[in-house]
Amino acid sequence: MNKTILILKQEYFKRVKKKSFIILTLLVPLLFVGMFALIILLSVNNDKQERTIAVFDESALFLGELEQDEYTKFHFIPKEEYSELKSDLKNSEFYALLYIPENIYSAGTAQLISAKQVPIELTEKIQRRLSQFIEKDKRQKVIDEAGIPDLDDRLAATQTSVKLNTLKISETGEATQSSSEVAFIASYAMGFIIYFFVFMYGSMVMRSVMEEKKNRIVEVIISSVKPFQLMAGKIIGTALVGLTQVAIWVVVGMIVLTAMQSFFTPESAQQMGQSLMESRQSMGPAMNQDAAQSQVTAALEMVGNLNLGLILFTFVFYFLAGYLMYSSLLGAVGAAVDNDEDSQQMVLPITFPLIISIMLLFPIARNPEGPVAFWGSMIPFTSPVAMLARIPYGIPTWELLLSMFLLLLATLGAIWVAAKIYKTGLLMYGKKVNIKELIKWLRYKS
Amino acid sequence: MELFSANNVTKVFADTRALTDVSISVNEQSIFGLLGPNGAGKTTLIRIINQITAPDTGEVRLQGRRMRTSDVAHIGYLPEERGLYPKMKIGEQAIYLAQLKGLSRKEAVANLKKWFEKFEIMDWWNKKIEELSKGMQQKVQFITTVVHEPKLLIFDEPFSGFDPINANLLKREILQLRDEGATIIFSTHNMGSVEELCDHIALINKSIKIVDGPTHEIREKYKSNIFEVKYKGDFKKVDQTLGFQVKILEHTENEKANRIRIQHLNGGTSNELLQALIPVAEIVAFEEIIPSMNDVFIKAVEEDK
Repeated sequence: MNKTILILKQEYFKRVKKKSFIILTLLVPLLFVGMFALIILLSVNNDKQERTIAVFDESALFLGELEQDEYTKFHFIPKEEYSELKSDLKNSEFYALLYIPENIYSAGTAQLISAKQVPIELTEKIQRRLSQFIEKDKRQKVIDEAGIPDLDDRLAATQTSVKLNTLKISETGEATQSSSEVAFIASYAMGFIIYFFVFMYGSMVMRSVMEEKKNRIVEVIISSVKPFQLMAGKIIGTALVGLTQVAIWVVVGMIVLTAMQSFFTPESAQQMGQSLMESRQSMGPAMNQDAAQSQVTAALEMVGNLNLGLILFTFVFYFLAGYLMYSSLLGAVGAAVDNDEDSQQMVLPITFPLIISIMLLFPIARNPEGPVAFWGSMIPFTSPVAMLARIPYGIPTWELLLSMFLLLLATLGAIWVAAKIYKTGLLMYGKKVNIKELIKWLRYKS
Repeated sequence: MELFSANNVTKVFADTRALTDVSISVNEQSIFGLLGPNGAGKTTLIRIINQITAPDTGEVRLQGRRMRTSDVAHIGYLPEERGLYPKMKIGEQAIYLAQLKGLSRKEAVANLKKWFEKFEIMDWWNKKIEELSKGMQQKVQFITTVVHEPKLLIFDEPFSGFDPINANLLKREILQLRDEGATIIFSTHNMGSVEELCDHIALINKSIKIVDGPTHEIREKYKSNIFEVKYKGDFKKVDQTLGFQVKILEHTENEKANRIRIQHLNGGTSNELLQALIPVAEIVAFEEIIPSMNDVFIKAVEEDK
């Protein structure tokens, strides 16, 4: 036991002290934050290029009426210039040429001619301006014809937008605000994180075993300790590295979350709401400011309403068990093979279910109660990822317990198989190993 | 006094017999040569001693009792295929390996410093193994084998990778370790070093022990009545006189004295040979040739065919 701890310590500190560990640990949260920042940045400040668009308005309705802004300018041209410009648009000062046909009211189509691929946002912007103008004009006509006073205001008051607040009733009857969007994001994130961890740390164990075998140090080591102790020390040591990483991220995440919650006081949420509104305005019907503001605070609240305790517990459990299962098998592969090419061949059948489980994430998110989700979270090879993806949606206790039990059984089995292969494989050199050979090793008595 | 023994050890792998009913006994403070052609089963026996594998039948005993897993702390093992962690600092890795053998960190550091100073390699302490030459690595490897002051040392081809100077240094160290009380099992194909170092040998061929005994006795036993004679006189006369009693293996003529190497065919004594020779030549030197370990090895293995 003492020696296992010695090996464990050795493995742990070897990895934690590595520059790559420190960099990765710091970089991943930064990457996440950066990614979100980038998305927000892109959706708010999308397009800053100044473009002037020539407009040939055959209908003569829009002259001077098309709304311009800082970046998009319209320049109306007469018919004579139109064909000339059309043939030589590339060398002109105009970015694009907008042709508004005479029958735009009835046909509802116009043309945007450009030498370059026009960004979708620009076409959407022009479409919107044209539609709004025509809509407004038509409406005014209706109002004028109807002769009803204040009709404009009264029609405006009929505009309605319903926001569906989903509440989840727990077994104790307590209702918390839930959000399928938040659950969806959490589900994907959990699934990916587990996959990433099991894969990364499992391969780390395998590489470490292969290295010891390749360097021929392994015979010296196992003349001092039992192969099982060596494997256990290695696997546990590496797991602790993973947990250290998670712990650092959880602590950092908590700090960031608390900071955000206190930072988003009502006033700042209002600001945020405003900027959100601005960015949304371009996409759909205007949302009123209060709604935007409450959405920001509600989203934060709903993150808080996820059962974080359960998520953390199941994360640690499924990470440890899944990791233990996969890393012992991968460690056994590392012991069985001599070179990298052979290892690739043996690794694929082992990691295949893990890759499958990532592909299950989408069907699970669509229907967390469906058969794919159920079986995916019961079969031990996929359950670490699949179950974690289901947890944010809430899960019946018996399913969770059964899944955990099955995973534990499979993990113990994997350790037994791995220990046998490991012990035999470590000192086996120059032998091409295949599945048949491995099964033979399993039958060796110790 | 016996320190270690293997009794009737048999080990069969899936389709090969590695050891068949092999017994050896190693005396305390001696050097025991474990010899045999490639694939004879030596490494398997060594791994059984190191508790890496268990025998199918038979047992290994240390100091009169059956060996236990914990006994590996009393063994120092230098495998034939050996290596160290290339990226780890030498001092750190030596401490780690010593701790795995059961030393405390403090003991490990103290013992290692002694050895590093003895080999004058103290300035390697913070270097990485990959920065060292192969020979230098072997020195570090040797230190990690002996640092925990084991009672039983097992060296499998210890001289491979050493230049003659370092090989000599290693030989001296091995002898010194024995003189200080260690018992050594030594496996090699370098028969010269067996003659120099081993008190006792066992030869394993195709999983079976075929020769076992003190080195000098075995060489005696494998004598084949070969004599070397230096004489003054006529070779023809000598040849005629000895006639069919002997086979002449080689002869050289020289102004000072002729030299002849002969094999006595009928198993006669050296005195008979001398008596026959004295009338026809003046004997300058007469010596019975004791076979080298190399000859013993080849003869034993060939006879076993």
